[in-house]
Amino acid sequence: MKTSTLDKAPVSRPSPAPETQRQSAPEQKPQSAVLKNTAPSRKPRKSLLESRWSWILGALLPIALLALWQFLSSTGVFSAVQLPAPSKVLAAAADLWTRGDLGLHIAISTQRVVLGFVIGAVLGLVLGALIGLSRWAKTLGGPIIGAFRAVPSLAWVPLLLLWIGIGEDSKVTLVAIGAFFPVYTTVSAALAHVDPKLVEAARSFGVRGISLFRSVQLPAVLPSVVSGLRLALAQAWLFLVAAELLGASMGLGFLLTDSQNNGRTDRLLLAIVLLAILGKITDALVGLFEGWVKKKFPSN
Amino acid sequence: MTAPSFTSALTTRACEISFDNVGKTFPDSRGTRTVLEGVSFTVEPGEIISIIGSSGCGKSTLLRAAAGLSTATAGAVRIDGETVYGLDSRVAVGFQEPRLLPWRTVEKNVALGLPRGINKAEGRATVDSLLNLVGLAAYAHHRPREISGGMAQRASLARALARTPGILLLDEPFGALDALTRIKMQDLLLDVHAQDPTTVLLVTHDVEEALYLSDRVVVLGKPEDDAAATIQRIITVPGHRPRDRSDHQLVELRNELLAELGVEAH
Repeated sequence: MKTSTLDKAPVSRPSPAPETQRQSAPEQKPQSAVLKNTAPSRKPRKSLLESRWSWILGALLPIALLALWQFLSSTGVFSAVQLPAPSKVLAAAADLWTRGDLGLHIAISTQRVVLGFVIGAVLGLVLGALIGLSRWAKTLGGPIIGAFRAVPSLAWVPLLLLWIGIGEDSKVTLVAIGAFFPVYTTVSAALAHVDPKLVEAARSFGVRGISLFRSVQLPAVLPSVVSGLRLALAQAWLFLVAAELLGASMGLGFLLTDSQNNGRTDRLLLAIVLLAILGKITDALVGLFEGWVKKKFPSN
Repeated sequence: MTAPSFTSALTTRACEISFDNVGKTFPDSRGTRTVLEGVSFTVEPGEIISIIGSSGCGKSTLLRAAAGLSTATAGAVRIDGETVYGLDSRVAVGFQEPRLLPWRTVEKNVALGLPRGINKAEGRATVDSLLNLVGLAAYAHHRPREISGGMAQRASLARALARTPGILLLDEPFGALDALTRIKMQDLLLDVHAQDPTTVLLVTHDVEEALYLSDRVVVLGKPEDDAAATIQRIITVPGHRPRDRSDHQLVELRNELLAELGVEAH
């Protein structure tokens, strides 16, 4: 990737004169000089879209949705059973909180997601790396893993309940299954597509084995690995709700079914809002990590 | 521009590399296809030899066999008399593309070429002096995408030199550069060689470049259209470096070679 500014950088064969100039001014940081040069000379006016207040734009629709919700429920378009007002949902939250139930639901769900996500992601990383790096492993193991991936997630539930029981383990296992495949797929595919020219160059300098993996293959695939982790996290929440809907006495998924059975639409809506918030928060955390990795390990 | 530490940090001992009846056969849809056959020549320590030939005549195949990146299917490549069976620590390769790791700084990329087991301080000193040598000292902490193509190619050369190679193999190293940058890189290579005369084997499709840089030029070609390529002839380039690009003898030799490669020269 060339820019016109970079082309102006000295490409001449270093003759003694410019060399001494360069050495005489070591404090003059070339990096900032180049970066400054790449900026357009005219200071551009930032639009609202690019400014740091752009999140306000993103908040507009949720606020409008909330207003619409309040309007529809307070004017009686929908009955209180169908659509309780936001204030009622908030009241339900406060009520559950004081009973100590809400904190428990959130904590147990988050714990299941985190545990399952970590287990699934680690397994996905290890198996994905194995399949991506070894042609033997790929030929032997690729088809069977592909077949398991084709099984719809909920199909595992009865079997997991039968084998592991209705406790925590089966739920964490289901979440781990959900988190495993996105990581496995992205890691194995990314490793298979690491630029062979870079690998060959490193090999020609005697870099091989684990050191080759550490210095070339791993940094090359890190950005896609983190994208895979982000997908896996979304899957983890999905599988959590599936697990909790089908057999749980705690957690946000349980709150959903329980509220449905008791006609508590306010709590039902509360559970949905909480899932949205928790999902968004955890996704933002991984997103921060993703941004850092992409900056630190650019792919070009 | 010569950093005094350069010669002290790098003590290269130029090696001899010889090709003994080297051939390469690839598997093919119809069985096998022989690309290269009966290639024999010896590069003396400290010599610069160019391999030229039309595209697809096995120049890079020959170089890759010398680098140990692939093995010859016939004959042997020997370094100082020992047959090469794989990557050899005395050999460094410069590729047509810079092939720098995008996530590493220029400095760290050059350090990749350092021999295994070199101590840290010594390694850093070597990298510093090489960056000085190729004029990239000011760009040590830049990422490859922040520098120009010519600078990246210089970093790639510095990386190869960091290995203190007894043999430097260059696979069309300046082929992708613009004409002006190419000339500067050729002069840089000659400078480096003059300071520390290692053995250089250079594959190029640029006849002028071959004549300007080398002691001898090996011409590869196919005797018939679907035959395997082999050595057509080996030319000793007249005169001594640095050569005058417009030298009458060189121009005539260039025209002769171009005609041989199937290009009508003017």
